[in-house]
Amino acid sequence: MNTPAFKKETFRDDYTFRNSPEAIRRFPFPFAEDEYMYSVNIEQHVSTNPGSVFEHAIDIDEHYIAECEDRRLTLERDPTRYIALPHMMDAQWDMVELIMESLSADYPQWFELTKNGDQWHWVNKPLEIDQTFTFGDTSTLPMEPFEYISRQVQGDWIIMDHRDDDLFADMGMVTSQADWSIAFDAGMSFKEWHGPVPQANEIGIFDRALKYLLHLQYGSPVRRLNWTMTVNPRLDTSPEEFPLWGPDNASVTPENVGEKVHLRVELQALFRLPRSNAIAFSVRGYLISLDELVTYPKWAKRLRRVLTNLHPDLSEYKGLDLYRQTVIDWLEPLEDGAELSLGTQPE
Amino acid sequence: MSILNVRVAEIEQVTDVVKHFTLVEENGRPLPRFSGGSHVVVSMNINGRIHRNPYSLMGSPENTDSYHISVRRQEKSRGGSVFMHDGVKVGSELQITYPVNLFSLSKLGKKHILVAGGIGITPFMSQIADLNRLGDDYEMHYAFRSAEHGAFVEQLKQMCGDRLHLHIESEGQRINFQNLLSNQPLGTHIYVCGPEPMVNALLLTAKDLGWPKTHVHSEQFLAPPIGESFMVQLAKSNMEIEVPGDMSMLEAMEEAGLEPDFLCRGGACGRCEVEVLECDGALMHNDHYLSDAEKASGNKIMPCVSRARCQKLLLNI
Repeated sequence: MNTPAFKKETFRDDYTFRNSPEAIRRFPFPFAEDEYMYSVNIEQHVSTNPGSVFEHAIDIDEHYIAECEDRRLTLERDPTRYIALPHMMDAQWDMVELIMESLSADYPQWFELTKNGDQWHWVNKPLEIDQTFTFGDTSTLPMEPFEYISRQVQGDWIIMDHRDDDLFADMGMVTSQADWSIAFDAGMSFKEWHGPVPQANEIGIFDRALKYLLHLQYGSPVRRLNWTMTVNPRLDTSPEEFPLWGPDNASVTPENVGEKVHLRVELQALFRLPRSNAIAFSVRGYLISLDELVTYPKWAKRLRRVLTNLHPDLSEYKGLDLYRQTVIDWLEPLEDGAELSLGTQPE
Repeated sequence: MSILNVRVAEIEQVTDVVKHFTLVEENGRPLPRFSGGSHVVVSMNINGRIHRNPYSLMGSPENTDSYHISVRRQEKSRGGSVFMHDGVKVGSELQITYPVNLFSLSKLGKKHILVAGGIGITPFMSQIADLNRLGDDYEMHYAFRSAEHGAFVEQLKQMCGDRLHLHIESEGQRINFQNLLSNQPLGTHIYVCGPEPMVNALLLTAKDLGWPKTHVHSEQFLAPPIGESFMVQLAKSNMEIEVPGDMSMLEAMEEAGLEPDFLCRGGACGRCEVEVLECDGALMHNDHYLSDAEKASGNKIMPCVSRARCQKLLLNI
């Protein structure tokens, strides 16, 4: 993407979040076919399609400053959205290295990293940060290393310790989640924290996914897409704040559905970390209102078909039951029954 | 799989059968960081045939200028270690995989007991560097046949100080696992790497004493055993290939132009697991990955080290 102007916008209260036409075009629409069911659907996280959200290991877009600000507000209300168990200190520094090296290599116009041995100098121009610190010495940063760096990047991060042939959610920065809580899941094993997901365990998804992840190699990150829907462009749809956003699910009407209902797509990437041998799981959310989405007729038709065929358990788990039919009905006039090309591209 | 091109910068004859190799990135760039206990797989082109052997990284994970591996010359093997000893010179170029860790320290361990036999010392060298950096409590027990076989003793003395315990067989010193394992505080983890009888004896003692399985760690890379040749049919690739006696199934598939998944190539990690669709004879499981029940069921096989004795073998690959 060309240099975006970072937008001034909100993800709460007056909800001024909008996507530019360019951001709509690069939206990671997740449905390649007219039917959806879980699959492990993992691919190598390598650079594909210049300009797409898959171009860089960590994607920075026009919402960068606003999302970092929303994270700051959420942490101010509730500091427990950041958790790092004591044995994860090596992983904290691994994350500093991963994020600073990726951003400075991929977006040199905004981020600069200079190293002189363990003396590191980090410049984040959009957030106006200029920090010199000693890599490995926590006393040289204003807060714990992982909290420091994860406040400067979009999306949630869960860092899993690898031990006993399992992965444990022992560290995380989670402020833009689809109704789950790191404070609740901290310390859980892979299958424990996926416990609430319906249907997937029955078809052996988690056995296969865990086995695959235990073999994840440093230098070969992988990714997949996941999705849900959200009423209002709210990043912090956490169980902790359910009273603030839960009632919105009952507010959708045929008149406001296009503006209020958002498809929420998660670009999930997994990186093996070098010092700690932990695995970083990044969950980067992209929001798009239905008004924005239907600017591409193919996406409108495909979304209607997927929602019509969706397994009832998945609809309930994703919290769609209160407004799914309203969305299907609203999309109905755009449906012409035409066969759609396979793949997620907008046209 | 990400590959690194490296050059041999230095070779040191450590004992009469062990050589130590210093590897640097071909363009002098820093190598990837790694965690204590990691290994790389080294590719060797021996007379047109690619051999791939796993070797533990011995250097400090802090040092990314070079990697360090040590190779024990195995005369009765398929030639990889002999090639490393005789064919590889200073300046030779090799390909290695990114580091993989199948033998990592448990970060929740309150105390760590490291037990090495012979060349099994190698993965502990990088683990000790991590333990020293983290300030963790540990004991290093190093057993070897006789004084001249004690590779790296001087380096270990410097790294471990009084945490180092040497057990020299020719001087009648043997590790008493019963004593070692009987009096350890809760939260202790034990790690063993060495000859198979030693590893098995320690695992058995730990089991008898009621150690939790999650606190007992071992690493053994097996060389693919030499056997009789046999034929394999590959269902997805729609091919039939011969596995010669001195080649593993994995190698034979690679020779045939396939690119099966692998990580350790020593029967430890499970990455190359393949489903057995049909076998009219006996599978010869040589790996440490499958459980006894899985081996008995005959549905899976690790093509990196296991073989078969049969007329027909059909794999789902």
